[in-house]
Amino acid sequence: MSDGYVTPDGRTIGGKVLEMQNITLRFGGVVAIKDISFDIREGEIRAIIGPNGAGKSSMLNVINGFYHPQEGQILFHGEVRKPMKPYQIAKQGIARTFQNIALFKGMSTLDNIMTGRFNHMKTNIISQMIWQGPAAREEAENREIVEKVIDFLEIQAIRKTPVGALPYGLQKRVELGRALAAQPKLLLLDEPMAGMNVEEKEDMSRFILDVNDEFGTTIALIEHDMGVVMDISDRVVVMDYGKKIGDGTPDEVRNNQAVIDAYLGVDHG
Amino acid sequence: MLYREAGDYKKSYAEDSQTFPLKLDRWAYYALLAVAFLVVPFVINDYWASAVLIPFLIWSIASLGLNILTGYCGQVSLGTGGFMAVGAYASYKLMTSFPDLNIMIIVLLSGAITAAVGVVFGLPSLRIKGFYLAVATLAAQFFLVWLFNKVEWFYNYSASGQISSPTRSMFGFEVTGPTASASAKYLFCLVLVVGLAWVARNLTRGRIGRSWMAIRDMDIAAEIIGVNPLKTKLTAFAVSSFFVGVAGALMFAVYLGAVDVGDTFGIQKSFLVLFMIIIGGLGSILGSFIGAAFLVVMPVLLKNVMVGMLGWPSDMSSYLELVIIGFLIMLTLILEPHGVAQLWRVTKQKLRLWPFPH
Ligand SMILES: Nc1ncnc2c1ncn2[C@@H]1O[C@H](COP(=O)(O)OP(=O)(O)OP(=O)(O)O)[C@@H](O)[C@H]1O
Ligand SMILES: [Mg+2]
Repeated sequence: MSDGYVTPDGRTIGGKVLEMQNITLRFGGVVAIKDISFDIREGEIRAIIGPNGAGKSSMLNVINGFYHPQEGQILFHGEVRKPMKPYQIAKQGIARTFQNIALFKGMSTLDNIMTGRFNHMKTNIISQMIWQGPAAREEAENREIVEKVIDFLEIQAIRKTPVGALPYGLQKRVELGRALAAQPKLLLLDEPMAGMNVEEKEDMSRFILDVNDEFGTTIALIEHDMGVVMDISDRVVVMDYGKKIGDGTPDEVRNNQAVIDAYLGVDHG
Repeated sequence: MLYREAGDYKKSYAEDSQTFPLKLDRWAYYALLAVAFLVVPFVINDYWASAVLIPFLIWSIASLGLNILTGYCGQVSLGTGGFMAVGAYASYKLMTSFPDLNIMIIVLLSGAITAAVGVVFGLPSLRIKGFYLAVATLAAQFFLVWLFNKVEWFYNYSASGQISSPTRSMFGFEVTGPTASASAKYLFCLVLVVGLAWVARNLTRGRIGRSWMAIRDMDIAAEIIGVNPLKTKLTAFAVSSFFVGVAGALMFAVYLGAVDVGDTFGIQKSFLVLFMIIIGGLGSILGSFIGAAFLVVMPVLLKNVMVGMLGWPSDMSSYLELVIIGFLIMLTLILEPHGVAQLWRVTKQKLRLWPFPH
């Protein structure tokens, strides 16, 4: 397994993009994450599941630098990552969406997704002031990439709409668009389908699979809908009360007794 | 059917993101520029220049500046008056220390010096937000006014404690000093207004502008797309203070000619500029102009009508002015929090579709 594997549907999964080693995260007395290790491999869709308060979101927050674990280390592309700010981690090619939508409410769909290009835009403030020339060219080039994202997510009609005016499901889609525009190496999705109806969930699942398939993007997602998780993910980490209680393919996890207990609410004595 | 984009198709992304997407708007803008540059200077008189046009131009620069910081980047500042004072005193020191330096360069350098001071006072913005930041900038306001009163070096040890502007010329025309003509002063300010509005528009339409707005709307999401909060906020403080510093330099050197720091750049001025952007429209270039025009023209109008025509005592009109401003701010905050500029956008949108409701 150390050099990757081939999925049942024939995709080749590569080496470790990210490796979490013995991560422990505490908030005062609360232990949100307790000595957890797992890895995310190149090209795979990795799910993190678990009951409410299990520490899933905290794990994403550790990966993208909002939280700094008290113990353990994180390896990115095989190298130990020193403590970094979220914006520095973003520059390394990690993008994400939030459990509670975090869009820029005062801006249009287009501008929101354009912000995702921030790391790819390099013209300095003087060029930006003059605009004509390098800045305008760079804007047009990046606009082209953003338009592809807009086409991909089928949101052409709301291009110029302020995002605050959009229904919930579309806002989730725009937020995914912003993350995709960054063309990340690793995409973190915190409950991308929460609060959606069946049709919207199907659309979102299709987008996630297509992103992975067309651009080879490595994806880690948190999701409560077991049907979706089992359908789209290659490997699953199961958390409960901050601990890892299962890790493996959907089939392995489904038959894991500790996982079944956690989901059936067996007393945790 | 009159005002719309029929036949005005966009063939490229650059065309789609231009400043005035509609032909009609573009023509109106060019016509306005032509009148401002080619007609007004020849018909302008001292009254119009000093009561309306020059103050409007200078306050427009200040309100553009504050709008960049507050409207676009979401950082409230009550230090505008103090930063204008920095621009004014910087221009005074530069004019008196380097008598041969071109006045345009002096004004721009004054802006640059104010930008540096703005960055220093913007440092707390990494840690504190909203109301508390407003209080910190208020402290900057009082500190700066105190400093320019206290340290005699700033006013070259003059007995009155005031600074007064020597005569400086550009292309052979006096721009500052008691004998400068109204049209020369007007044109000098106009060039700066047009140039700076263009810069403001360009900065707010691209990468930097979007990073300001991202910080304004949701700072944690801004960070995950790679925006460095401190750098972004400080850039906004720098650019904003540059504009405000230029406005202060013009206010002193070109418009007033002599300045007492407490009277000219007191806390009321910080509020005045804040009211301009609230009424005109936060996060809008056009709104900055509308707000400045409104708060410059309205008092003049009130005074002319009430004192000039009705013969009321003049303190009456200044009280009424305050009441009207207060009322309008409440009205905009309640009815249209994005100011008159947004009202204008909505009206235009309706006009485009007229006579069909959708
Ligand atoms: N910033 C914080 N300060 C204090 N406690 C926190 C913080 N963030 C998370 N926690 C705690 O850590 C634990 C795990 O929370 P987390 O949000 O990671 O759970 P989750 O698995 O994402 O749950 P859900 O499915 O409800 O989203 C909870 O007990 C929570 O209260
Ligand atoms: Mg969560």
